[in-house]
Amino acid sequence: MIDRNTPVTDDELHVYVDGELPADRRSAVEAWLANHPEDAARIAAWRGLAESVRARYGSVIDEPVPDRLTLNRVMRKHRSWATIAAAAALAAFVFGGVAGWMARGASAAAPSEVALFTAEAFNAHKLYINEVRHPIEVKADEDHLLPWLSRRVGTTLRAPDLGSFDLKLLGGRLLPGINGPAALFMYEGANGERFTIYCSRLHEARTSFRYNANGGFGAVRWIEGNYGWVVSGPKDKERLKAVAIAAYDQVEGRTPPPSRGSADQLISRRGS
Amino acid sequence: MSTFHQDIEATIPALRRYARALTRDAETADDLVQDTLVRALRSEHLFHGGDVRSWLYTILTNLNRNRLRSLARRPALTPIDDNDAPDAAGPEAGGRDIERALALLAEEQRAALLLVVLEGLTYREVAEVQGVPIGTVMSRLARARVQIKAYLDGERPSLRRIK
Repeated sequence: MIDRNTPVTDDELHVYVDGELPADRRSAVEAWLANHPEDAARIAAWRGLAESVRARYGSVIDEPVPDRLTLNRVMRKHRSWATIAAAAALAAFVFGGVAGWMARGASAAAPSEVALFTAEAFNAHKLYINEVRHPIEVKADEDHLLPWLSRRVGTTLRAPDLGSFDLKLLGGRLLPGINGPAALFMYEGANGERFTIYCSRLHEARTSFRYNANGGFGAVRWIEGNYGWVVSGPKDKERLKAVAIAAYDQVEGRTPPPSRGSADQLISRRGS
Repeated sequence: MSTFHQDIEATIPALRRYARALTRDAETADDLVQDTLVRALRSEHLFHGGDVRSWLYTILTNLNRNRLRSLARRPALTPIDDNDAPDAAGPEAGGRDIERALALLAEEQRAALLLVVLEGLTYREVAEVQGVPIGTVMSRLARARVQIKAYLDGERPSLRRIK
């Protein structure tokens, strides 16, 4: 039980007006309002605001739903879109290029979330692989790299061990993505070639691997469990696919990382 | 029709109401609802129980944010309204004031406010829809209320002083 004399905070006033204040504190707030006319006036203004919003828009709920928004209509349309999208995706696969991807987005009126997401990953790749001195923000050997990126991106991240491809993890950075923070991991090969792995939240259907190329770069992406991943690197479809599959197996926890050293690159909340 | 589809169908009128207030344009709002339904059907296999209604609000809120973002990339096409002073009186005037006040808010504040006062979601549900902690929802609500109150209290007296 909270003391009746505890001063009422601004937060509590909002919680009170929205009806979420626990009953044992409500009378204390009411007593406070009786003695604090300014706060009482604010409460009245907020209630008035809520009433104006409801007066203006509340009646929309009683309007008949237009034909095009009935579920049957949307389902029929959904099916025909799915066909177009599948055809365009196939075209994109055959001809390659972001142009194909864009066409797929265009068929659904606006660029799809996946197209925007992929474009962001591609841009990040192109921008940062050319950085000589600052390709990354936090180095791979700093232990806060993964906890930090995991916390910001909102899921437990692993930086895959790509040692079997002669790619060494340089480190990572945090980027703004279309749905919130995104993580970018950068890898470097012996001859200086660079690969990146981009990950961010993406509320889209699970997909298998999709390959896409633009200019000298290629990318393989997949979506799983509300997160999208894009592996980008030099345009070599077979190699990129192999790297992406290895990365997938590790980040989705399908098989254990291939070497012992990689355990350091793994944050495991489960122990082991 | 599955329970999932029935739950979606039952939420459509409320989605239209939320979208109308969010965009303040009937046609844009219905487009947004349509896109939300398409997206929901396409992602049906990602829905693992829980509240269909909150899930649909989440999709709609995200789609609207993407819509605004792509609008922002284009050159601005702001309609010039030379009759911009708040209207004198009457219930209609009140409605237009609230529309303008909502238009002033940052998108995430507007969504938080509407989900609470119009759609009746709890703070916890809004936090899930917006993908942020409850404390962030509360500060969005507080900022929205301060801004709207300042607009409704402040702008009009200053205009009255002019005449």
